[in-house]
Amino acid sequence: MKELESMLELKNLTKVIGEKIILRNITLTLREGETLAVIGPNGAGKSTFFKCTVGLLQPSSGEIILDGEAVKKKSAAVKKKIGFLGHESFLYSNMTPLENLRFYGKLFKVRDLEKKSKELLKEVGLYLFRDTPIHSFSRGMLQRLAIAKVLLPEPKILMLDEPHTGLDQEAVALLNRIIKEKQQGGTSILIISHDFEQVHALADRVAILKKGKVVDTIELAQHLDLQEMKAWYEKVVKEA
Amino acid sequence: MTSIFSDALTIAGKDLRNEFKSKQTIGMMVIFSALVILVFSFAFDPTNNMVRAVIPGLVWVITVFAGILGLNRSFISELENDSLTGLRSAPIDPASIYLGKVLANFTLVAVVQLISIPVLFILFGYRFTSSYFWFILILFAGTLGFIIVGTFLSALSANAKNSEMLLPVLLLPLLSPLMIAAVQATRIVLENEEIQNAVSWLQLMAAYDLLFFGACFILFEFLMEGS
Ligand SMILES: Nc1ncnc2c1ncn2[C@@H]1O[C@H](COP(=O)(O)OP(=O)(O)OP(=O)(O)O)[C@@H](O)[C@H]1O
Ligand SMILES: [Mg+2]
Repeated sequence: MKELESMLELKNLTKVIGEKIILRNITLTLREGETLAVIGPNGAGKSTFFKCTVGLLQPSSGEIILDGEAVKKKSAAVKKKIGFLGHESFLYSNMTPLENLRFYGKLFKVRDLEKKSKELLKEVGLYLFRDTPIHSFSRGMLQRLAIAKVLLPEPKILMLDEPHTGLDQEAVALLNRIIKEKQQGGTSILIISHDFEQVHALADRVAILKKGKVVDTIELAQHLDLQEMKAWYEKVVKEA
Repeated sequence: MTSIFSDALTIAGKDLRNEFKSKQTIGMMVIFSALVILVFSFAFDPTNNMVRAVIPGLVWVITVFAGILGLNRSFISELENDSLTGLRSAPIDPASIYLGKVLANFTLVAVVQLISIPVLFILFGYRFTSSYFWFILILFAGTLGFIIVGTFLSALSANAKNSEMLLPVLLLPLLSPLMIAAVQATRIVLENEEIQNAVSWLQLMAAYDLLFFGACFILFEFLMEGS
């Protein structure tokens, strides 16, 4: 097997908004096929870090290299490789699930759109609601659809910002199964979460972000159990 | 380049389909223009000959003020669920978002014109005898310029606190050269004067349209950039 290449590389990424330094000198590498979880207290800058990587925000300094290409604001080719799930669902509430998927599918130039959208809706359990405008949907249903929307273009890298919020037990299991399938298929995954159980179940490596700095990373080898991980997190966050 | 256009069509199609499904904005625009026409038809006695002088102005008052209602909604509708960010993170050129919105807004305003201008002519007892070609050309050039600038400014003001107020305040001064030309050209056509006189006004409108379209098309990217 050949050496795993890096899918995403951040070099000295710094982001300043106004007077506030939100990200300080972040250097991080995501290998191909790897799942990296980013955890940290509220307001640490996790979502900002994602937005810079997707190209929604311009870093104040530093470089982002995704799959060998530098991320700049206009690089449509780079954006096509990223499946970004944000805090908001990005869905149109007066449209039905199927219409939402069709719309985004067209923008992402997805082939076999109709068939794929229906399959995905079945997979996330929304097929029965395919023709109901989503303004009547519950939070969990929206999150399911948002996940379907992210998966539709089959991105090479998944960036999931708190994907488990609002999901019920069944949907959490479903999402984890989907993520595992993607891992097997070689997709690189970045995941932000406050849910240690899911992080422990999914990630290969965990990075802690605090006050805009990566304070520590750890490989989740087989022997590190959930309790140990929690203890590590608490210790690191307290010390940093 | 072709993908800019096809993405724009996708976005415009989405907006228009939603609009014709809910008929919210267009309903408001039609009601507003109907009320304006009605109020003015009471204010001016339609048998009076002077009334004809009012019609060109009214055509554009309706277009601009009904249009502003639609423009206000154009980007605010993208703020729910932050779908504008969804568009920005899609692999499309930011200019196609602008182009799509221009297409959608233009269609909306054109539909309102199609309904309200005949009503205006009927209520003011005006019989249209001049050239359809020139009249439609002038309407097209004027409306397009208005939408080009208006769509850009509605994106600009969508994030502001009082966007409904900010849009007209920014837009109306910028529109004044275009509107002067549009009203003059419309008057010349409706009064069956020499078309030759309208041509120079039309040229002015075409220059305005091209200039602002180029500028907005290029600058839109910076609006979408985010700090
Ligand atoms: N547009 C902005 N302007 C000013 N400050 C901002 C902006 N966006 C984010 N911030 C600040 O950046 C910091 C990090 O925000 P961010 O959303 O990245 O946190 P987070 O780690 O995702 O938190 P959470 O766990 O609550 O989602 C916060 O202190 C926030 O106030
Ligand atoms: Mg966050």
